[in-house]
Amino acid sequence: MAPRSYITDLFGSSPIRPLQQHMAQVESCARELIRFVDAALAGDWETAAAQQRLITTCEHKADALKKDLRMHLPKGLFMPVSRPDVLEVLWRQDQIANKTKDIAGLMLGRRMQIPGPIAEPFRAFVARCLDAVTQAHVAVDELDELLDTGFSGGEVVRVEEMLRKLDAIESETDTIQVKVREGLFAIERDLPPVDVMFTYQIIAWVGDIADLAQQVGSRLQLMLAR
Amino acid sequence: MEYGLILILLAVAFGLFMAWGVGANDVANAMSTSVGSRALTIKQAIIIAAVFEFAGAYLAGGAVTATVRSGMVDAGLFAQAPELLVYGMLASLLAAGIWLLVASSFGWPVSTTHSIIGAIVGFAAVGVGVEAVQWGKVVNIAMSWVVSPMLAGAIAYALFFSVQRLILDTPNPLASAKRYVPMYIFLVGFIVSLVTLFKGLTHIGIDLTTGQNYAIATLVGLIIMGIGILAIRRLKFDPSAERDFHFANVEKVFGVLMLVTACAMAFAHGSNDVANAVGPLAAVVGVVQSGGEIDTRTVMPSWILLLGGFGIVLGLVTYGKKVIAMVGSRITELTPSRGFAATLAAAGTVVLASGTGLPISTTHTLVGAVLGVGLARGIAALDLRVVRTIFLSWIITLPAGAVLSILFFFILLGSFGRGIFD
Repeated sequence: MAPRSYITDLFGSSPIRPLQQHMAQVESCARELIRFVDAALAGDWETAAAQQRLITTCEHKADALKKDLRMHLPKGLFMPVSRPDVLEVLWRQDQIANKTKDIAGLMLGRRMQIPGPIAEPFRAFVARCLDAVTQAHVAVDELDELLDTGFSGGEVVRVEEMLRKLDAIESETDTIQVKVREGLFAIERDLPPVDVMFTYQIIAWVGDIADLAQQVGSRLQLMLAR
Repeated sequence: MEYGLILILLAVAFGLFMAWGVGANDVANAMSTSVGSRALTIKQAIIIAAVFEFAGAYLAGGAVTATVRSGMVDAGLFAQAPELLVYGMLASLLAAGIWLLVASSFGWPVSTTHSIIGAIVGFAAVGVGVEAVQWGKVVNIAMSWVVSPMLAGAIAYALFFSVQRLILDTPNPLASAKRYVPMYIFLVGFIVSLVTLFKGLTHIGIDLTTGQNYAIATLVGLIIMGIGILAIRRLKFDPSAERDFHFANVEKVFGVLMLVTACAMAFAHGSNDVANAVGPLAAVVGVVQSGGEIDTRTVMPSWILLLGGFGIVLGLVTYGKKVIAMVGSRITELTPSRGFAATLAAAGTVVLASGTGLPISTTHTLVGAVLGVGLARGIAALDLRVVRTIFLSWIITLPAGAVLSILFFFILLGSFGRGIFD
């Protein structure tokens, strides 16, 4: 006889811890980007290639976690957070890792040289966008405490404070992004046109990382609002 | 009375078998929330269950027994043929016991209460006649199966909500926990002892007035609270655990409360479910000893309650242990604060229902309580498909118990024949 207990079966697998694990994986993936950019700016393509491989591996790990969590969210689950919300947050977290991989892939593939005058602001821009990812991760990590307080009261205030900070970081990245673009615009006539087009592309993608981090935050906000 | 001794021996054997089934299935599930929330080790859970199930069965098991034994079938109709009542009760015990065995081997969640009631109604309706069943009583009992999970759910919701408001959602949860958890402990001790006293301890020769009842219940609550406060003082808190999860130390305080609640749950379960096994047994013994007289107002003999308690503990130690071990390895989502709310709500509902003599199902009460905590947004995920399975197994248990008991009833009737008491 195989002993069973209906009480254990009653508990579905929680979406919260896997969601946090996924976000942790996404953040560590995104964090590698700054080292890649540093190597690329220095023209050290060997190190950059190694970093790009590392980013790809991290992204695959995040993908595996994503698939796993999706498998564990059948329709019959009764959760304090709605299923669509969980899947939306997950999808946006995953986009961050994908975007990181795309940036590294494109820069390495074209051996892109960020022009000297904007190299410094560009690096600051990348770093600040990654801060947004970290801040989103901090907020996601607060979900289990939210669960314990039943998504109400002081804990909600704390998380909303975190999300406000995330919004502030994101709008900062917008400001830096404008500066980087202006810098590029000022020197674009002296550069190969195709390279310039792709540099604009990369700048846009880096900005997308901060946008996605902010969207993770706003999805959390929706969870709290219910 | 040539068959008297054989019948009593059969009744004892079948009663033990049924009690074993109760211990193997129900108790393990009743203790699962405590083990699942890591407040108790498997070993502690088994010791607590054994001691308190036994105490509950012996001290508070009387009232429900009367309902199971005489409430559902019209004893007057058996006056002409008391042997039918004896065969029927024997058949019911065997049927319910076997059904429990089959169900647990397939891993179906069944309620011991439902199986015995299905069995008794089955033999009475077919063996004697549809008019022999007190359908009004049966409907009441069936209603209580719907009401009890809801009530437990509502209590669990309220309890968890109060825990959130008073403790978790405060600037300093740990200080709040140290302040309020002893009060919850008092509540547990007070309610359980009060209901036990009100049901009366006449069968062990203690008679008290209402005032005395309240006084004793308050005293018991205070004593348990005192022990709880001492236990909380002795806890060692680890500030570094707070970094990862703010409530790690708060949950330690709740662990003490969970321990008390687990005792209450075992006590409540013993008081309610032991009756499933010993009620019919007592009926058989009563009829045989009086040589065919059916008296519904006999006092439950102590040795029968003891036997029931023994059977439950036996089932727990031989089989229930495995279930508890499995539970302990699976539930991680249940923290002591949530587990406490669910378990206390279930225990409270069971104790209240036993006080009114209604045999309710611990199974469904516990499920209702867990859902209640989930509704308070306290549990990360509940699988509603499992609730459906539980519901279906509940539907199927009644006819299954009935069919089996009808079968055994006719086998017994064929073996012993009519008129053995004439």
